[in-house]
This record gives sequence, structure tokens and C-alpha cells, in this order.
Amino acid sequence: MTYTGWILLTASLVGISCGIVGVLLILRRMAMMADAISHTVLLGIVTAYLLTQSLNGIHMVIGAAITGVLTAYFVQWLNTRGVQQDAAIGVVFTTLFALGVILIATKVGNVHLDVKHALMGEITFIPWDTIDVPIIGDVPIATLTLTFVLFLVLFVIVLFYKEWKITTFDPALAASIGIPVVVMHYLYMTVLSITTVAAFDAVGAIMVVAMLITPAAAAYLWTDRLFVMFVLSAIFGVFSAIGGYYFAVLIDTSISGSMAFATGVVFLISILFSPRHGLLSYWIRPIATK
Amino acid sequence: MSILLSSNFQWVFFSTLILGIASGLIGCLAYFKKQSLMSDALSHAALPGVMIAFLLFQEKSFLMLITGAYISAFIGALFINLIKSTTRIKEDSAMGIVLAVFFGGGIVLLTIVNRSSGGNKAGLDQFIFGQAASMIGSDVLMMTILALLVTVVVIVAFKEWKLFLFDPHFAKGLNLSMTTMNGLYIILLVLTIVIGIQAVGVILMSALLIIPPVSARYWTHSFKRMMILSAIFGGLGGAIGTTISTQGASWPTGPFIVLTLGSIFLVSLLFGNKKGLIVEWILFRNKQNELEQNSSLVREGNS
Repeated sequence: MTYTGWILLTASLVGISCGIVGVLLILRRMAMMADAISHTVLLGIVTAYLLTQSLNGIHMVIGAAITGVLTAYFVQWLNTRGVQQDAAIGVVFTTLFALGVILIATKVGNVHLDVKHALMGEITFIPWDTIDVPIIGDVPIATLTLTFVLFLVLFVIVLFYKEWKITTFDPALAASIGIPVVVMHYLYMTVLSITTVAAFDAVGAIMVVAMLITPAAAAYLWTDRLFVMFVLSAIFGVFSAIGGYYFAVLIDTSISGSMAFATGVVFLISILFSPRHGLLSYWIRPIATK
Repeated sequence: MSILLSSNFQWVFFSTLILGIASGLIGCLAYFKKQSLMSDALSHAALPGVMIAFLLFQEKSFLMLITGAYISAFIGALFINLIKSTTRIKEDSAMGIVLAVFFGGGIVLLTIVNRSSGGNKAGLDQFIFGQAASMIGSDVLMMTILALLVTVVVIVAFKEWKLFLFDPHFAKGLNLSMTTMNGLYIILLVLTIVIGIQAVGVILMSALLIIPPVSARYWTHSFKRMMILSAIFGGLGGAIGTTISTQGASWPTGPFIVLTLGSIFLVSLLFGNKKGLIVEWILFRNKQNELEQNSSLVREGNS
């Protein structure tokens, strides 16, 4: 496959995985949690690097998943001790992220790992870093990781589809019929962290937030059905990834920044033209039905 | 240590101190408005404004850059409000969208700036993590004046803020316009954020607004004392963090300020006399002992 082909494939995988995971994020009203986790996984990655002295993918995924779940746990714990939810998120993620940045600035020394890379990703390097897979041939490591993560996400979502539906829309009912709501919450946090760290390499921390929240929020404006929302959100994710890439090439700028911006454009179109919740349909609707 | 004696350092030290105090005060207002993360969204949203201002004027004038930051953060706030009030998307999702999309746009512009312009672009990267040590005299002076202005407005109108936060109905009865107060609050919040981003950076600016009030909550229940404590914590965080960050070559200021604040939070969480962990644990143990004594008394009575 060509250089551009690999980049587009990798970006689309990010779009699909983040789009699917993001749907539950929007519906469970935890959008800012994604922001927090996408920052704190940096600490997990740095710690994994300091412990093992290698930038091996699997250590990083484990380190990041642990910090992600820890973030969720700390926020929950502070919240039960009387700190407002959003303030708790703010305290935990800024402190852990600052710690990660300081470790990089003082210990790692900008050689193998630097903050800018972590924040903005370096998708242009992905096609060079390949691994030999039987039958298919040389495949970029990041693409392979993202494919695994996508299957994992799909597996977890499909396997517990009914449970996700009930715990998301009616947690009280879910608890009363014996679904372990708390376990589901932490399972979701784990999936979120793993998706975040896998996407990290491709689009960087802050762009992961864009990919997680915006396509799903746009999909939420078009449909009331959960399944349709999953599909739409994934499509929007892919669309933003590809559109963002070509826009970045056109004006020669940061690819990940441009992809994040593209999700914003998709959202803007949705908010204007969505048939039921859009601004346009709101303005042209007869006054009596408003 | 010689750097500590340089007059530029003393100015920077003083300005981050004042900045910390101002954000500690505004942070209290944001905390009780339940808008702590709003500051995070707005500080990220300021980035494209900084870059556009630079592209338009091709110079690193502090006033121009913070005007750009101000406008773009303000537009971000308007967007969040628009999304929240006209669609079924909730406030936190709206904040996440504005945060990520504006920041993405900012990075796109930053890359263009870095590529196109010549030598005078240096230092725009510092808006991401902050670099207080590299700030020059006039910037520092401007920042200090604006931070002092914010502090004075909060202190002078203290009674009005209290009413605005806790008893809007009574305030209305006193002919205090809530719309004006809300407008003033947003103006002050955005102003604090934009003057802080050069020193602390857009990513971590929100910590300066969020952590001091949360820490202060562990020491007092009175709003006034909480404001004072939060200002002290903010000032300490700013001053100590800046001092540490000047010890290493090109150490970013923002993370050190945030880590200092994080330590203050940890101390408050453990030792705070209101809901601190140790106090709670002692109370819990006393209660348990009391209960045990009572139950043994009951047992003795029964036998």
C-alpha cells in the first residue's frame, strides 16, 4: 500500500474506534472525563518508559490503561468525598499531566519521547515504523495496534450491548435487575483508556478528545437510535480523519490539528442542518410547535 | 542561585504571585458557579486567537496577543452557550467540543506560523506550556497590572459576588442586575485566563483556577476565609512554581506551578481540619470507641 494509503487507513481506524467509544461518552455525560484521561495517559506512558527504558507498544498500553483507570478512580473517590465532579476532574488531571510533563522535561530529556509529540502525534512517521506480518507483509505497528484495539472495542460493545444500553439510559433499573453498574463503569474506563493510548501515537492527546467527543455529539443530533448513533459516529470519525488529512496537505500544516478541526466542521454542519435538532429546522418550524 | 537576584526574575516572580492571587479569587467564583472545567475549555479556546493575532500583526506584542486570545476565548464561551441552549447536547460535551476543535485550529495555525515567519516567531510555542522566565519587562508589567485589576474588582465588589453566587433572588430585590454580574464574571474569568496563558500555558491554566479553591475548602466553611485562603494558595503556587522552573534550562513553568498546587491540595486533603482525611479518621475512630463502650455497657446491663 502507498504511504498516503497507510496514513489514511490509520487515521480512519482512529476515527472508527474513537467514534464508537465516544457514543457512550456523550450519552453517559462523561465528555470531560475523556479530556482528563487523554492527558493523564501521558504519565502512564512516561512511567512505563522510565521503568522499562523502551518505547515498546505493549508496556505503554498497559501503563496508560492503568493511569486511565486510576484517574477515573481518583475522580470518583474525590467526588464521593464532597468535591464537585468537574472540580475533581480538574484537580486530578492537571496534577497528573503536570507530573508527566515534568518527568519528560527533567528525566527523559526530549530524546525518545517529547511532549509535543505526545500532544500532537506524528502521523507522518507511522508508515516508516513497520513490522512483518505473515501473509499481508509489512504493516506499520501503529496500524496493527489500532486494528487490535478496534476489534477489542467492537467485541466489548457487541458482547455487552444490552448491558451498555441499560446502564447508560437507566442505571437505577440496571442495578435493580442485577447488572453490576460499577464494574461496567470501570470496564468502560479501561476501554476508553486503551483506545486513547492507541490513538495517541497517531493523532496526539488533544486530538483524541476531538475524535472522541465531536463525531459522537454530531451523531447525537441526527438520530435517537443507539445503533444508528454508533454507525453515524464512526462514519463521521472516518470522514473527519480523511477530510482533515487532505486539508492539512492542501495548506501544509499539522495533520492532527487539521483532523480535530475537521470534526468541528462536521459538527457545525450537523448543528445547522440536522432535521430534528438543527438550528435551521428550529428557525423555519412554525412557532406553535416550538 | 544567582538567577534569583536578577531583577527580571524578581519581576516575573512578582507577576506570577499576583496572577496566582487573582486566579485563586476568580477560581472561587467559578467553583461555586460549578464551572471549574469551563476555564479549561476557555484557555484551550484562546490558542487560535493568539496565533491569528500574530499572523495579522507579525509581532509578538503582549497586548495584541492577549487581545486575540480574549476574543477567541470569548467566542468559545459563546459557542458553548449556544450549543447548550439550542440543542440537546449537554454542557460538558459542548465544552469538550469547543476545547478540542479550537485547540486543533490553534495547532493548525501554530504550524503555519512556525513554518512561514522568520526569527521573530520564537516563543509562540511557549503558549502551550508557559515560560515565565522568558517574559520581558513590558509583558510582565502588563500582566501584573491586569492581574491586580482583577483582584481589586473581586475584592471591592465582594458583597455583590456573594449575593450573585448564593442568593440571586435577594440580589434581584436589591436591584442588582444578575445579567451585569454574570457578564462581569465572564469578562474577569476570560481576562484571568488570557493573562495567565503566557506564564502557565493554555493546557494547564485551568489548574490555577481549579485547585486553590478546592484545597481551601478543606480548611474552612466560610466563603470569605475560603477566598482569602484560595488567593494565598494560588499566590504560593505561582511564586514557588516559577522559582523552581527557573532552576533548570528551558524547564516549562506551567507544570511546576501545577505540581506545587497539587502538593498544596494533597496536604489540604490529608491535614485539612474540615473534611480532611486524618480529621475524619480520628472522628470515625472516636465514634467507634464510643459505640463500643456503649455496647459493652449494654452487655453489662443485660448480664
